[in-house]
Amino acid sequence: MKRIALLGMPNTGKSTFFNRVSGASARVGNWPGITVDLMAAKLLLGGHIVEIIDLPGIYDLHGFSDDESVVRHFLENNDVDLAVIVLNGSQIDRQLSLALQVKALGLPCILLLNMSDEAKKSGITFNLPGMQQQLQMPVMQISAKHGNGCPEALKEAARHLAEQHPSPAEIREQLKNDDTIENQMEAIVKSTVHYPAQLDDLVTSRIDRVLLHPWFGLPLFFAAMYLLFQLIFTLGTPLQEGIAWALDLFRADVLEPLLQHAPSWFSGLMLDGIYNGIGTVAAFIPIIVLFFLVMTMVEDSGYLSRAAFLVDALMAKMGLDGRGFVMMLMGFGCNVPALMGTRVMRSRNMRLLTMLVIPLSLCSARLQVFLFMTATLFTPKQAPLVLFSLYMVSFATIFLTAIIYKGRYSSTEPFILELPPYRFPTPRQIWLRGWQEVRHFLTRASKFIIIGVLLVWALTNFPSDVPAASAGTIAGMIGTWLAPVLNPVGIDGQLAIALIFGFVAKEIVVGALAVIYGLQGDALMQVMATKLDWVQGMSFMLFTLIYTPCLSTIATLKNESKSIGFMMLSLLWSLGLAWVVSFVFYQTARALGY
Amino acid sequence: MSDLSQLQPGTHAVICGIDADESLFQRLAALGFRIGKKIEVIRRASFNGPLHVRIGTTDIILRITEARRIQISQQ
Ligand SMILES: Nc1nc2c(ncn2[C@@H]2O[C@H](COP(=O)(O)OP(=O)(O)OP(=O)(O)O)[C@@H](O)[C@H]2O)c(=O)[nH]1
Ligand SMILES: [Mg+2]
Repeated sequence: MKRIALLGMPNTGKSTFFNRVSGASARVGNWPGITVDLMAAKLLLGGHIVEIIDLPGIYDLHGFSDDESVVRHFLENNDVDLAVIVLNGSQIDRQLSLALQVKALGLPCILLLNMSDEAKKSGITFNLPGMQQQLQMPVMQISAKHGNGCPEALKEAARHLAEQHPSPAEIREQLKNDDTIENQMEAIVKSTVHYPAQLDDLVTSRIDRVLLHPWFGLPLFFAAMYLLFQLIFTLGTPLQEGIAWALDLFRADVLEPLLQHAPSWFSGLMLDGIYNGIGTVAAFIPIIVLFFLVMTMVEDSGYLSRAAFLVDALMAKMGLDGRGFVMMLMGFGCNVPALMGTRVMRSRNMRLLTMLVIPLSLCSARLQVFLFMTATLFTPKQAPLVLFSLYMVSFATIFLTAIIYKGRYSSTEPFILELPPYRFPTPRQIWLRGWQEVRHFLTRASKFIIIGVLLVWALTNFPSDVPAASAGTIAGMIGTWLAPVLNPVGIDGQLAIALIFGFVAKEIVVGALAVIYGLQGDALMQVMATKLDWVQGMSFMLFTLIYTPCLSTIATLKNESKSIGFMMLSLLWSLGLAWVVSFVFYQTARALGY
Repeated sequence: MSDLSQLQPGTHAVICGIDADESLFQRLAALGFRIGKKIEVIRRASFNGPLHVRIGTTDIILRITEARRIQISQQ
């Protein structure tokens, strides 16, 4: 099978092009370094099945960061029939160097000048035939985002697939030799690209003047975060209640009559186990989808790099940098890609320190637990504030951790970052991403929640001669056994079981509570509200926030750091910190008479 | 001759030297920091934070420590 590799500098639209031509859904974002791993897809090209590979962006072929070495490793070990080089046409004056480097390897290549829409807007024009002749490779203008020129680019690619190409071993040899390409680049750009006299992107400059204002920049950042958060909450809560109501109705009117004559253990397992567990979790889907739609827009707007600019001075005091902050923000979605995103850092210490704090970001799975608990224990007016305060606690634990460990993981990593222009995702991009997150949620649901819920049901229903979830069941015994550790932080036996399962994935926690109490939706909330007071609930939330997010995060920590010791450190630190924070909160609140 | 960290926002200069090790040098070059290029400082973040600079069509932010490595001449 023929293989096409997409090469280019970060943030030039490789993944956008890849998605467009293959129909795949690689993650796209207006941030250099969104893709940090390979992604392959197959497509039909000129009557043959061809494999196309989306690679991380690289600044040059001799780069030293982990995402760049992914590319290098790929080229050194795989046969590539054609390199499709994607660059941002407006920035050809610096990005052409990479095309020249790839060409020097002897790979057959075609060059795509992407973002033709933006080049056109700023009045940059290219002499394509001239460039083609000087570069000795086909050059085309495309807009991967809007689709212009993409079919033609594919056709051109098909024409060059049969060319002689160097073997991986030859490429490995080539990569050792360095060459100076600068003069060549300058000559080509000078003779084939026309830049207008005035190049300012007025819209971006104007927005930046406000958002990057020396005094208002940071307050605006926090205000924007708060507003987005309010938006998700205001729109999402009614949807969530609607779904919960519908699920209740379905149970009462359809499932219960249907299972009326089934053996009672079976209807118990089905209704109180699987249906309660999944139903309670499913009610959160709308909020999670909304959350990711907002995340997509923020990621694609280019504001993340601005956030890095605003907070870098503060982060430097904690041994981190602006990029680390952006990874924390991405961690609000899911910690796993955020951990992988640290590959753009070259210093190992900086990477480790950032990876140590990312698991403390309040991810969307934990958000679910908190939405449920705050709705149970607080008034509708208080709930959003409590939730927001949990985000603040998340930041506080991150900062605390960084300050404590910055001596151990000190680094002198340079901080240099591109500031892309503001962009807005197309409806197609938003839809793709939203759908992908729902799918991700559903896969995790089918994998973890069902098994988790079944296990919890078993633990709370065996041995079967005692009442469900009582002290005599296995769950009850585990609860009693953990009591000496968890009583001082106000967490009772039932919550302890939920916490144990939450270690696997936070998505299970709410489902587990539903099974433990044998109730769902409103009924569950009412019973929990009578059994727990807000101090206990808050202590439980603090513990859930800080201790290990999920098994996938732990696995990623280990893979990315390639160190079991580091993984253990992260695990034990977060567990210890969770206990201490909950303890201090719980005992203080009780001492104050709450 | 002075370095980039001394350049005031709103003014520009020409890069005339880059003092960095191999890997940083390559990264800077890929982002457009090359001798003879015109560079403009757009703004500085508060609390001695990074500089926002523009070279050609690319906007870049970098810390003062890195800016000190870039020598400039202001005609
Ligand atoms: N205006 C415009 N924006 C585009 C075009 N193609 C991609 N973009 C935007 O450019 C940004 C980067 O796109 P990606 O596809 O993530 O870029 P990438 O090259 O894969 O980036 P890395 O994975 O970080 O190397 C996103 O905000 C895209 O929406 C285009 O043709 N025109
Ligand atoms: Mg990408």
